[in-house]
Amino acid sequence: MRYGTSPDVLRDISFSLAPGSFHFLTGASGAGKSSLLKLIYLAQRPSRGEITLFGQDVGRAPRDALPALRRRIGVVFQEFHLLDHLTVFDNAALPLRVTEQRTDLYRSDVSELLQWVGLGARLESYPPTLSGGEKQRLAIARAVVNRPDILLADEPTGNVDHAMALRILRLLVELNRMGATVLIASHDEDLVARSGMPVLHLDDGVLTRQPPRSAPGRDTAPS
Amino acid sequence: MSEIEARQTDAERRRITPLLPVTDGRDGGLVFTVAVLAFIACLAVIAALAADRAAQGWTSDLSASVTLQVRPKGGDTGPEAAARAAEAVAGVKGVVEARALDRKSAEALLEPWLGKDNIPQDLPLPQLVTVDLDPKAPASLASLNAALATAHLDASVDDRQRWMSDVRRAADLVRLAAVVACLILAAAAGSVIAFATRQGLAARRDVVEVLHLCGAEDQFVANLFMGRFAVLALQASAYGALAAAAGGAGLRLLGGSDGFSPALPIAWQDLAICAGAPILAALVAALSARSAAMAILRAQP
Ligand SMILES: Nc1ncnc2c1ncn2[C@@H]1O[C@H](COP(=O)(O)OP(=O)(O)OP(=O)(O)O)[C@@H](O)[C@H]1O
Ligand SMILES: [Mg+2]
Repeated sequence: MRYGTSPDVLRDISFSLAPGSFHFLTGASGAGKSSLLKLIYLAQRPSRGEITLFGQDVGRAPRDALPALRRRIGVVFQEFHLLDHLTVFDNAALPLRVTEQRTDLYRSDVSELLQWVGLGARLESYPPTLSGGEKQRLAIARAVVNRPDILLADEPTGNVDHAMALRILRLLVELNRMGATVLIASHDEDLVARSGMPVLHLDDGVLTRQPPRSAPGRDTAPS
Repeated sequence: MSEIEARQTDAERRRITPLLPVTDGRDGGLVFTVAVLAFIACLAVIAALAADRAAQGWTSDLSASVTLQVRPKGGDTGPEAAARAAEAVAGVKGVVEARALDRKSAEALLEPWLGKDNIPQDLPLPQLVTVDLDPKAPASLASLNAALATAHLDASVDDRQRWMSDVRRAADLVRLAAVVACLILAAAAGSVIAFATRQGLAARRDVVEVLHLCGAEDQFVANLFMGRFAVLALQASAYGALAAAAGGAGLRLLGGSDGFSPALPIAWQDLAICAGAPILAALVAALSARSAAMAILRAQP
């Protein structure tokens, strides 16, 4: 996969995620973690190769088939992509709103979810008034509000302190227990090790599978 | 207020929160521009209608009457021949009234050239008959000539057809100019609305992208922008149209019951045309917002 005429950002990558699994995606900055996630959440099309989601080749799926697929994928973007003119509640409810569901059908669900991520008191606030960690949790709430089959998170602990990072990790693990296939891009080696989850490592556009890391802080050299 | 009531008002507020920002830095300028264009376009249409009415007035005034010049022959005196000619054409279908001009009226016609009281009593004046025609179905020249021939009168019908067609052509030109001016203005207004809509939409690219990534269908996003800009154009052009209607009403009142002047006779019903401007503007805005939104969306995978 490449952007425009630039050299390949990702190449010869072949992997599959078992339904209900939990993986970390690691790699140096610029290694292509976000790019790989973009391919999965259908914000980029592969220049070559095949991407199969839910048993469907989405790399070549027609445009009008994509919204339905996107609704089964929850994404926590690296830059959040919250809408500043909408309240916390409306931001979290966005994936439901674009399906034109009636507000009164999901109002209590959304409020409950926001309660769960610790934003219960901020329903009517606007994103610019939130702290980095609060934005992060709002982005997570929006990603999971739809009960997606796949949850992708790009640096979901990039803006928060260690305690908050662990809290977010617990939240993601909880979502995984509820059935979602989770893939998290992260720099945070300590967090990756603590989670005890298997790792996909990207280096120079090549992906390798690595076993769960046992000791906190230990860095496994890519093979 | 009880907690339940508080929740209900919350709920009501949420239901109507628009997905697009209500206030947008550009909207003030856009509203003003659209209002001004609608104002000018409405005035142009009103002026075009008035010009059309004026042009119609000229030609109908002209075709409403014809002059006969009678040359007495046989035993008739001039006035007798004129009287007989008036009688003969009065019966023709499409003639409302025919009057022989008496000497005094004929002298009055010559006054501008010869001056008052300078006309010698024995000057032979042409015997003239004015024939008022039915403006809706005027008698043809041929039928008038036939009636005169039957009465054995030697008379020529003043042939106004040639220069009347010039006047008609001028009137048509005025109409055409007014219509062209209206079309150009409407096109300018339309393209400004389209341009401004595209600008406003580009400024909202972030919203388009986020909605897109959240699984919104293209149609859903396009409809949001269509509705937003259609309402904006509707409101803005309503201001302009109202101002134009008020201006037109002012001209109408100033001009009294005959309109501003015979050259620009505005009728009250002309002002109703202003109601069309907001609808047209909303339509243009909706279409251009749709195409602009679709262009941004199609750039997304
Ligand atoms: N939209 C884009 N257009 C062109 N090149 C891009 C674009 N996005 C990313 N790249 C390039 O692709 C490569 C991989 O970027 P990517 O964002 O996937 O890295 P990353 O692993 O997510 O890095 P980080 O850990 O800093 O977020 C980089 O060299 C980057 O410059
Ligand atoms: Mg990244």
